[in-house]
Amino acid sequence: MNSSPNELYFSMLRIRMVEEKISELYSEKEMRCPVHLSIGQEAVAVGVCEHLSQEDIAMSAHRAHAHYLAKGGNLKSMIAELYGKSTGCAMGKGGSMHLVDLQCGFFAAVPIVGSTIPIAVGVAWAFKLKKSSNIVAVFLGDGSTEEGVFFESLDFASLKNVPILFVCENNYYSVYSQLDVRQAPNRNISILAESHGIKTFSGDGNNIKQVSDITEKAVKYMKDNNSPAFLELETFRWLEHCGPSGDDELGYRKKGELDQWMKRDPIASYKAKIIEDEQLSEIEILETIEAISSEINEAFRFAKESPFPDSKVLNQHIYKD
Amino acid sequence: MRELNFANAIKEATDFCLESDQSVLLIGLGVPDPKGIFGTTTGLQDKYGDDRVMDMPLAENGMTGVVIGASLNGFRPILTHQRVEFALLSIEQIVNQAAKWFYMNAGQQNVPIVIRLIIGRGWGNGAQHTQSLESWFAHIPGLKVVMPSNAYDAKGLLISSVEDNNPVIFIEHRWLHNTIDFVPTDGYRVPIGKAKISREGRDVTIVTHSYMVLESIRCAEVLANYGISVEVLDLRSIRPLDTEAILLSVSKTLRVVVADNGWTQFGVSAEIISVITENIFDKLLSAPARIGINDSPSPSTRALAKNFYPRADKIAKIICEMMNEDLDMNILFPQSDIPLDIPDPSFTGPF
Repeated sequence: MNSSPNELYFSMLRIRMVEEKISELYSEKEMRCPVHLSIGQEAVAVGVCEHLSQEDIAMSAHRAHAHYLAKGGNLKSMIAELYGKSTGCAMGKGGSMHLVDLQCGFFAAVPIVGSTIPIAVGVAWAFKLKKSSNIVAVFLGDGSTEEGVFFESLDFASLKNVPILFVCENNYYSVYSQLDVRQAPNRNISILAESHGIKTFSGDGNNIKQVSDITEKAVKYMKDNNSPAFLELETFRWLEHCGPSGDDELGYRKKGELDQWMKRDPIASYKAKIIEDEQLSEIEILETIEAISSEINEAFRFAKESPFPDSKVLNQHIYKD
Repeated sequence: MRELNFANAIKEATDFCLESDQSVLLIGLGVPDPKGIFGTTTGLQDKYGDDRVMDMPLAENGMTGVVIGASLNGFRPILTHQRVEFALLSIEQIVNQAAKWFYMNAGQQNVPIVIRLIIGRGWGNGAQHTQSLESWFAHIPGLKVVMPSNAYDAKGLLISSVEDNNPVIFIEHRWLHNTIDFVPTDGYRVPIGKAKISREGRDVTIVTHSYMVLESIRCAEVLANYGISVEVLDLRSIRPLDTEAILLSVSKTLRVVVADNGWTQFGVSAEIISVITENIFDKLLSAPARIGINDSPSPSTRALAKNFYPRADKIAKIICEMMNEDLDMNILFPQSDIPLDIPDPSFTGPF
């Protein structure tokens, strides 16, 4: 919390650089699990997690790298997990779609769309039952607002005044299916939440300052009113739904749509602002980029050099004694 | 020793768990209502408050997620549905999430929840209130599936289930709720995964579970009058399956009939017979046999339902064929005065 503008910028940049490294090295075929890269969507993750304490919990879905890292998830463990190594955050049993780091309060991510929403509500409800002041943030996409559990979760969260922050990253596409083939034109995600009695906030998910300000307001509202809150933040995925490359050439998105969104790059626009505000010089940026690069290179080296799990691990962790 | 019916044994186990562990919660549609899930939950909300014992929205999948989440954050919830079929709405959370959570995070977080499901039978319940879907759940590594046949086991197994560190599917047969058994007042445990010989015998083993244990015992009692000695093995748990007990009993009798609660195709009986043939095929005196509900959806009318649900006479017929005994089932099991669509009043225990 209370990160400086520079720190927010570098948090986003670090996530971008991790994702770019994954994208770069994926063709080596050593990271043998599906990856859903977060490039273009970094501001939501950083701006929201900025207002979570270490004891607060975050959960996510298939596109979870940014959320995991923004919450403070261990980079080495994440990369090792993608490489399927024993040093991975789930010993290679989860892969990219099942990141976990309990140390920093990142409980889980799962690829069945919408499925972490009620689980996160349950974690938050438990905080309430324990009279803890902690909260839970659950990241969800526009697609998950079509799932039954989305509505079931809104209802229960509102009914029991559960301290959960629903964070909807509306990036307009579910795989290759755009919003207007999935949702009626008059449907409004925020109003769906509102109609369950939940206070909603919305804004530009590519503007880190706005995301952070809105989240701050939402979290304050939650704590003042002992209630849930809902954020809807517009953003856009730059790369393919799943995999290391772009896929704009497939033509499923409107022509020029990606270009327009890339002009709204959350990182470049924020960089311009903080340089303009003279909070950061180009030289300082380069120095920090170098430091982040070496951290990332070290994480990949660690992952590559780590051993695979022993074959006996296959039959471990099915049941807990 | 004190007698208690199955429904009250469930309630007593729940009461014990709520009393002894503050992290235990009880959630289900109708839990605090005047009928309290067939009398298994009445009075518990008054005793423990509506934070711990509560009604819920009609949102089976969402609420399964909610109890999974609560279990990740320090609680041991019991979620209960009035019929197995309602839980089908929550298969996603049960199969994808609860069952796999501990594995997916390599043992960092487990899901200690109990999901109570009730199987209906007879009284015109029809296709969506009578299914015996234990094999669905038992197919999934990470789940435990428990199916007691009597009040004593019900209490001890429910306490074990709540104390277990894994998701447990606890399946109750509606026709068992009124059966009576000796039930100690203290909080004893019956281990999950251990079968029990309900009746010893020499000639043939009936491997069975839940309500079909009662029909199997009735079959054994009648056949005993004709010199056929039947052993009844009550599985009590479907997963983990007590293969050791199955093989031990069948190695002794060398004949086996599996009396399944559900459909036989791809069901519990298929698994049990596979285990037997894989291990002691060459010892058997005859081919294993099985019986289950008719291979159709369940009809409502008793005119059709009488041929849908298997009863003791059907098991006996198979055993007689297996042993080349020519006995008249109409004489062994006079049907005229036994209603086929309500629990047999003579089998309310104790046993």
